Amino acid sequence: MSESMIKAYHRLLTEKKLSCRELTQAYLQAMERDNPALNAYVTPTPDTALAAADAVDAKIAAGDAIGLLEGIPMTLKDNISTDGIRTTCCSKILENYVPIYDATVWELLKSQGAVLLGKTNMDEFAMGSSCENSCFGGAHNPHNTGHVAGGSSGGGASAVGGHLAVYALGSDTGGSIRQPASFCGVVGLKPTYGAVSRYGLIAYASSLDQIGPITTSVEDAAVVFDAISRYDEKDSTSQGRSGEPVSSTLAKGITGMKIGVAKEYLDGVGEDIRQSLEEAMKQYESLGAEIVPFDLPSLKYALPVYYIIACAEASSNLGRYDGIRYGYKAENYTDVNDMIKKTRSTGFGEEVKRRILLGTYVLSSGYYDAYYKKAQNLRGSIVAAFEKAFAQCDVMLAPTVPTTAFANGSAVSDPVETYLTDICTVPVNICGLPAVSVPCGMDRQGLPIGMQLIGRRFDEEGVLRAAYAYEQISPAFPKAPFGVTL
Amino acid sequence: MKYELVAGFETHVELTTNTKIFCSCTTQFGGEPNTHCCPVCIGLPGTLPKLNRKVVEYAIRAGLATHCEIAEISKMDRKNYCYPDLPKAYQISQYDKPLCEHGYVQLSNGRRIRILRIHIEEDAGKLVHRRGDTLVDYNRGGVPLIEIVTEPDFRSVDEAKEYVEKLQLIMRYIGVSDCRMQEGSMRCDVNISVRPQGSEQLGTRTEIKNMNSITFIAKAMEYEYSRQVDLIESGEKVVQETLRYDDATNTTSSMRGKEDANDYRYFRDPDLVTIHVPRERVEEIRASLPELPEEKKQRYMEELGLPESDALLLTKYRRIAEYFEEAAEGTNNPKTAANFIIGQIFRSVETETEKEAFDVAVSAAQLRELIGLLDSGKIRMNLAKATLDKMLETGKGALELIDEKDMGGLDEGALQALCRQAIEANPKAVADYQAGKEKAVKAMVGYVMKNSRGKADAAQAEQTIIGLIKNA
Repeated sequence: MSESMIKAYHRLLTEKKLSCRELTQAYLQAMERDNPALNAYVTPTPDTALAAADAVDAKIAAGDAIGLLEGIPMTLKDNISTDGIRTTCCSKILENYVPIYDATVWELLKSQGAVLLGKTNMDEFAMGSSCENSCFGGAHNPHNTGHVAGGSSGGGASAVGGHLAVYALGSDTGGSIRQPASFCGVVGLKPTYGAVSRYGLIAYASSLDQIGPITTSVEDAAVVFDAISRYDEKDSTSQGRSGEPVSSTLAKGITGMKIGVAKEYLDGVGEDIRQSLEEAMKQYESLGAEIVPFDLPSLKYALPVYYIIACAEASSNLGRYDGIRYGYKAENYTDVNDMIKKTRSTGFGEEVKRRILLGTYVLSSGYYDAYYKKAQNLRGSIVAAFEKAFAQCDVMLAPTVPTTAFANGSAVSDPVETYLTDICTVPVNICGLPAVSVPCGMDRQGLPIGMQLIGRRFDEEGVLRAAYAYEQISPAFPKAPFGVTL
Repeated sequence: MKYELVAGFETHVELTTNTKIFCSCTTQFGGEPNTHCCPVCIGLPGTLPKLNRKVVEYAIRAGLATHCEIAEISKMDRKNYCYPDLPKAYQISQYDKPLCEHGYVQLSNGRRIRILRIHIEEDAGKLVHRRGDTLVDYNRGGVPLIEIVTEPDFRSVDEAKEYVEKLQLIMRYIGVSDCRMQEGSMRCDVNISVRPQGSEQLGTRTEIKNMNSITFIAKAMEYEYSRQVDLIESGEKVVQETLRYDDATNTTSSMRGKEDANDYRYFRDPDLVTIHVPRERVEEIRASLPELPEEKKQRYMEELGLPESDALLLTKYRRIAEYFEEAAEGTNNPKTAANFIIGQIFRSVETETEKEAFDVAVSAAQLRELIGLLDSGKIRMNLAKATLDKMLETGKGALELIDEKDMGGLDEGALQALCRQAIEANPKAVADYQAGKEKAVKAMVGYVMKNSRGKADAAQAEQTIIGLIKNA
């Protein structure tokens, strides 16, 4: 069982057993010591952090009440725009880009007193599953630095799993929060599409991207989700969330809850993972939930549909990086077209270029109908299949990833093989559903295993309640040997 | 062989909403470069567009004023192409579900130019070339546009000119655009082909891009028509290509051929939601449309009895029509107001902008007051005309300029006396008249008018003078 770190620190702060400056400094020192091993942070922001911490201390000293997230040290993935703080998407093409405005999520958290420790590592433009497509080199797994942290939000998961931050915000387009959370033994929530504003999130695939928290407990994920799930008029696709805070509904229990398990999700899953999931199912039954097996044949279309749609949108979203207004610009060119060509050829990494080319191809006249249009139609069928499934169950249980963390260097050597490991996470983005990954065991190599709970649109409550119930009775898994211990 | 011209238009019209299509920056023309900009309209990473509802409303107004059907469900698409004036490398436009479709504009020869579609989109920035450098100004980026696409229904340059003028007139009337071609708030692309007279088949077309004056459009079309006819006559083929028109040389030259055509990779913009236009909203907008120039012109002719030429002049600018209607309101004959406006007041407005604003020295209420004095017989027409000129000069009202003692006509006796004076003072004119030069009487009438300070009725004075000479 994992208790809420946010609440624990909040108590220490309000009871004046610890000042916010002390807390922040502890994290900054740990970062300095351990980040070389983990490479979780790409831009530390100690000055910003300490200034925020001092403001919180002043408030506490004045006897003012502070909010739950006030003074809590955290991180942002480096694709979330921060006014005055370099935001690179871990791409050479944005190596010197400093935004002039804040993303809505950062605006919200800043106004709630968050202490930003720094910006975290990621696969370039969020494209990848190992964090190794970062121009800063990959983030490593806090449970075994010979393995990757996962991706694309690898830096955030590594920081939280390695106790270099209390929580992180990541983004999830095809599993980029849940997969690294699973690899690093932490909790990762991908909210319903539209629950959290995307304004200021540097787009990879606009119809799939969603920001969400990475934490060490389900309760913390709920607290952070409550803080950022607001309607934002700057994002037309945002709807926010109404009703009572999810964090206050967690303890309601899951008696009578129907938990669906599609056999297609378990195909090709590693033995250790299968065993952990079966164990979890038993525990759910012991908590009074009902396991409902069903078929989800359209799952096999999810990967091609995802890669076609995501790459198509990416090819358009990334067109703006031309060296003219901001970011990296190639030297030695003959004219503007040559400059743009050279900037993009040398500024983007291999994986990003591969996806831009793929996306350009599937949208081209003559190929549009065969690829993009077909993928859109299939997206509709997958959405319908999930709706049908949710008529039989309240939440779905699935592996987060068919494997545990890859060894360093193995993911980039075979991109297609790596794409296949996204099979369990991408359907959720295709359908815009909420899903959480929670730790459910360790494999024989001592690497964490994640279990995914998927819910109906805007049913973060159901998903987190199920995750919380399991977390309360699951054994404590080993902690990573890094970071802050207070 | 005789060749027929076949042409179609794509017209970009900038909408005069206060703010841009996807952000709250001003749409004002001009301004220091890159001052009417924000993270959204310069496409900074992470920003998102938010559709301005006014833009949808304005486009619907344009659609209704050109008899279009308004789509109940519409959406925005991305048109992907790379150019430095386009900061996102895609233009947000509408591809397969435009807001308005299937309308028409009626020409004076009775033909209808069918409107295929009207869609909304964002304008791009502007490149400024200076001393070998190229600079970009994004002030115009994100200004809302509608693109009005016609069927290839034009058969002559005159039809094209009339269409552009009509379109300008309609858009200004309904208040969606100022359509200032020289400022680029209205720009036309023309597709042209030729075919043997009587043929039903369309010839290979060329497209002339981005023309911003009616004169240039006419010249470019004439040039392109002759060029294509010459090619065919000499046994060559017209090549499908995009052309630019050079007004200095009055020729067209190739910008790009068919094989260089962009593949825009249109797809739905995932950042924007479906546009739902409830039918009640369409009806609300329809009800709020002003009387359109064509309808107004008909009414002026049929109900007010104005000749077509006058009706046309008065309806060409919305402000002028409003002025006329206010000035003529409650007067005996609307023709009087029309004559004053066309004959005298028009002299004080010369430029398009002045005509559009029609901010003249004499208010419509002042003109109505002057006409009231005429109607009630207190002053005569020539005094009224002279007074109107003074009013235009000074901005003063009629009653301030006309003496009490000038009011009313001359009585019979006073007129007789003045006419006698006129005869006595003009012996030569009398002699000429008696010698058969009837026009000589005009000099004596002039004398009467001058000395009565315009109060005399000229026709009456003429009769009296003739009577006096004959009876002498």
